[in-house]
Amino acid sequence: MGSSSSSMDHIPNAEELMQETGFSAAHLLRLYERFEFLDKDQTGELRPEDFGAIGGLALNPIGDRIISAFFSPGQETVDFPSFVRVLAHFRPNGTNRTRNGTQQEPVNSRTRKLKFAFQLYDQDRDGKISRAELLQVLRAMLGIQVTEEQLQSIAERAIQEADLDRDDAISFDEFKKVQQVSPHPQTPTKETPLHPTEGGR
Amino acid sequence: MTWSTFPVDNLLCRCLGISITVWWTFLFVFIIIPAVFGVSFGMRRFYMRTLLKIFEWAMLRMEMGAKEKNQELYKPYSNGIIAKEPPSSLQQEMQELRGSAGCLRSEPEFEMADIFYFCRRGVESIVDDEVTKCFSAQELESWNLLTRSNYNFRHISLRVTVLWGFGVLVRYGVLLPLRVTLAVTGISLLLVLTTLVGFLPNREENKPQNGGICVANHTTPIDVIILANDGCYSLVGQAHGGLMGMIQRAMVKSSPHIWFERSEVKDRHLVAKRLGDHVADKTKQPILIFPEGTCINNTSVMMFKKGSFEIACTVYPVAIKYDPRFGDAFWNSSKFGMVNYLLRMMSSWAIVCSVWYLPPMNREEGEDAVQFANRVKAAIAAQGGLVDLIWDGGLKRTKVKDAFKEEQQKLYSQVLVGEQDQEDQSGDRQLEEENPEGDRNNQDSSKGQ
Repeated sequence: MGSSSSSMDHIPNAEELMQETGFSAAHLLRLYERFEFLDKDQTGELRPEDFGAIGGLALNPIGDRIISAFFSPGQETVDFPSFVRVLAHFRPNGTNRTRNGTQQEPVNSRTRKLKFAFQLYDQDRDGKISRAELLQVLRAMLGIQVTEEQLQSIAERAIQEADLDRDDAISFDEFKKVQQVSPHPQTPTKETPLHPTEGGR
Repeated sequence: MTWSTFPVDNLLCRCLGISITVWWTFLFVFIIIPAVFGVSFGMRRFYMRTLLKIFEWAMLRMEMGAKEKNQELYKPYSNGIIAKEPPSSLQQEMQELRGSAGCLRSEPEFEMADIFYFCRRGVESIVDDEVTKCFSAQELESWNLLTRSNYNFRHISLRVTVLWGFGVLVRYGVLLPLRVTLAVTGISLLLVLTTLVGFLPNREENKPQNGGICVANHTTPIDVIILANDGCYSLVGQAHGGLMGMIQRAMVKSSPHIWFERSEVKDRHLVAKRLGDHVADKTKQPILIFPEGTCINNTSVMMFKKGSFEIACTVYPVAIKYDPRFGDAFWNSSKFGMVNYLLRMMSSWAIVCSVWYLPPMNREEGEDAVQFANRVKAAIAAQGGLVDLIWDGGLKRTKVKDAFKEEQQKLYSQVLVGEQDQEDQSGDRQLEEENPEGDRNNQDSSKGQ
């Protein structure tokens, strides 16, 4: 009743974060508890090892890349606001509640989502996906299941399709163009109802 | 002065004496003796129905109160953080991503967008994952007036607060002492009962026989009590210290049980041998094993350890499901010790569980222990309405294996390369011979992620 497990007071700059990311108070609280849970040694910041402890992530072929997406280049730890800002990319498009009139595009716009995915490929952040980087991702997603030969041909095809200015690399604009053909990128959506019974749970 | 207090003292003593006598009579007549003879007064159902009505009413009041104050009442399921779509395989999701429904491709067609699938799964698991959920108490849709089940239900309505206060009085003033006296009586008879254990067994003809192994999903040590109510078993489990250890040692004096150290489990042959010997002896009671190896929070069933399925004998699966609305039976051993846990159990409203005895299963030809274990697990999960998970209960304490990652990679490669393994393999060999430069490996790509 009066004694809830944690309250919004624990979260630094909660109001600002809510404005910036568009998360509701309840979701922010939930993410905060998740953050605390992941932060096993209670330092207030997460390290790559903390992410590594998550089972579902460990079996994900590009798990490492997703983890490094949370850390800015050169940074060893991520604090709660940064954690939430990255996750904010994954909010569904249609639910922007804060129209604070800034020119900045919302965090969860389609472009931002595509940018996130682009950076999963482009690990050195030079703005282009080189052939080598593409091969790395393919190898990660396929492991030992395909031969080197097949991998090369897949990469070749992908670059030919997407690379319009023939510089043997895929820039962000070219990446976006390729996505125009495909449907809306699939991202985990929040703030929509969960099916209450799923396999009997 | 002494003169005036004397009659009061006397009165007090007499009152005390009478109330204690009444208490004990009540206890024996209404609870212990009927329990021994299996007679029921129908009080339990009435009590449960009343409680449920009260919870619903409380929930309504809280919703009304929340609307007045213009807040949102946080419910774990309807305001969940991840929208779960119906579970589909990797193949199906990829098809959706590409927007090509039902059009099969004969050559590998990678699309840049494929990464979204993995990205999404990854971020979902960062926000919330199945394994962690299993080791923490289940969140309730509506509050059941216990502070311990209170997850974000704040003070909203005065009436509900009053009700909660009254509930505390009832639970700690009436139910708890009742159960404690029972427990004290009970322990001395080597029975520990919590009052009002609702019991709905099913399919009684499937009860385990001698020379068999009974397996069940594990939520709490109370599972043992509940099953023991219905038949005698030999138990296999971790040797504990403290109160639990005392009980364990006492039990061994009356019937054969197998207690071991977790570290000794690594010497699996020893345990397997003891199990095998016990089972081979047809005069001995059936063994009760919890193959998950640890307590899970009763929303799902985790991986069954194959050890008990390697022994060649009949397996009797049992599914146990607790109703969380009355009290959460899950023992979070990393959070509470045994005594603390018992206290919480005894001050809950009630522990209500359903037990299903499933038809016996045997290992089939050509089935190895792991497959057999998974089959049994699926049957138990299906009957109990639990989620069937692949994860190892040991994840409470350790990490994930690489085999799972390979599984994901395999699934994805099948989407690209297709199921035509035969043709592809022969095709590959030809290509490799023709293009020896194909071996010009990118050093980085072979590092693997």
